[in-house]
Amino acid sequence: MLCQSCEKKQATTHIKTILNGELKEYNLCSECAQKLGYNSFYSGFGFDLDKLFGSFMEGIGTVKTKKRCQCCGSSFEDIAKSGKVGCAECYDTFYDELMPSIQRIHGRTSHTGKLAHSAGTEVRIKNEIARCRSELEQAIKAQEFEKAAELRDRIIELEKNGKE
Amino acid sequence: MSEKKYNDLKNVSDVVISTRIRFARNLREYPFPCRLSDEKKRKVASIVKEAVLEGHSAISHRFRYIQMSELTQEEAVSLVERHLVSPEFISDRQGRGLLLLDDESVSIMINEEDHVRIQVINSGMKLDDAYDMADKIDTLLDEQLNFAFHEKLGYLTQCPTNIGTGMRASLMLHLPALMESGAMGKISASLSKLGLVIRGLYGEGSDPNGAIYQLSNQVTLGITEKEAIKNLRDIACQLVTQERNARQNLIGNINILDNIYRSFGILQYARLLSNHESMKLLSQVRFGVEAGLFENIDFDTINRLFIEIQPATLMKNIGKKLTPAERDRIRAELVRTALIQPKIPTSHRLEK
Repeated sequence: MLCQSCEKKQATTHIKTILNGELKEYNLCSECAQKLGYNSFYSGFGFDLDKLFGSFMEGIGTVKTKKRCQCCGSSFEDIAKSGKVGCAECYDTFYDELMPSIQRIHGRTSHTGKLAHSAGTEVRIKNEIARCRSELEQAIKAQEFEKAAELRDRIIELEKNGKE
Repeated sequence: MSEKKYNDLKNVSDVVISTRIRFARNLREYPFPCRLSDEKKRKVASIVKEAVLEGHSAISHRFRYIQMSELTQEEAVSLVERHLVSPEFISDRQGRGLLLLDDESVSIMINEEDHVRIQVINSGMKLDDAYDMADKIDTLLDEQLNFAFHEKLGYLTQCPTNIGTGMRASLMLHLPALMESGAMGKISASLSKLGLVIRGLYGEGSDPNGAIYQLSNQVTLGITEKEAIKNLRDIACQLVTQERNARQNLIGNINILDNIYRSFGILQYARLLSNHESMKLLSQVRFGVEAGLFENIDFDTINRLFIEIQPATLMKNIGKKLTPAERDRIRAELVRTALIQPKIPTSHRLEK
């Protein structure tokens, strides 16, 4: 299928949109998708689909047991082909395989935002310390020494709690 | 535009139409929607529905549940036109449900790409308000639903582009002057380097219909929600200033001015208006309102029209199916009555 925008390259991104009251699907190559401002998962994910299918075919002749997620049964090929992760556990099962793409998409590899209810106290404390450290840095830069001292004390206190 | 208004970055409703915050969340115990049977999807939907409707929150009773498979095609498309759900959400409605707040400012999509998508929409630039609301609902639901969370990767989502905060913050912007001056390509390229993305909201081309764009954050991992929002706000303010500059340059041009007044004339007197044409003309008139050419048309009227003239929403409001020709007639009537006889300030009546 060719890209509907440049009509030159292979379309890899499929975008659903409403046009004049009707649901339409647009097929775009990753370059045009990027240009039109759509998150193209594949361009970020960096999979060459032909190559992937190639390695898939190779596997058929040889009896090769592929790693599958214990929870949902996805293989890494399933994830790479669809661009969709099967379940929460897949992120642990295929952590090493997913990490390079995650880093390419986000530029960073660890979460610093809101914590879920289920996150343990240890993570909470670690996260709070990281937040205070970055605030401390800013406070020093802005020469707000009173605030910096408060933050320093808070970090010491948090570190003490973390060890207990 | 007056000097004071021109430099005002608190009231930016001349450029920013609305704000949207969206959180992507999943239940830990269930595979993501791509790996769920219709039956399991219905189970997830009933769990989430119960958590919201039976919750202890003060707004629980203000939500109503809509089973997507029970809607007519027009009703479903109208939800997209009103920006309450994504096009993806109505492409296959089996096992999908929607929780909608009575004033339509909060919508919770169940089994879209993720089990739960909490979305808050406010008019104008109200990022903090929208975030606080989404955050509150998320916290309430998390206590009951146990969302999938990874100590290193944050909230887990079906697509790795959303992991971490799972938050997408967007602003809907009207940028007629930047589009007219051909600056959007360059802007879009430089934004992607800053972890933001901008795209046209209507139509698929590089010159979107109505000059309406959506600016959103792209990165969700390794950045806090507050940082992502601050980033978005800073860049949006720069775009507002750039757009205002471009407008000041353009509005002195007689061809641009002519185009705005002609658009207004057509909208006031036409008896048949297609969706495409009215979007284009309304965008011109909004440009005129932004430049102070029309005194008693407000932004709300035009923002409302942008949505009400859409085909499915038009039919939903009339309450019956209409042919395209019938729609064009009713659309023209709708626009005409909304824009009835606004006073044109004397300063602009006689062109110098």
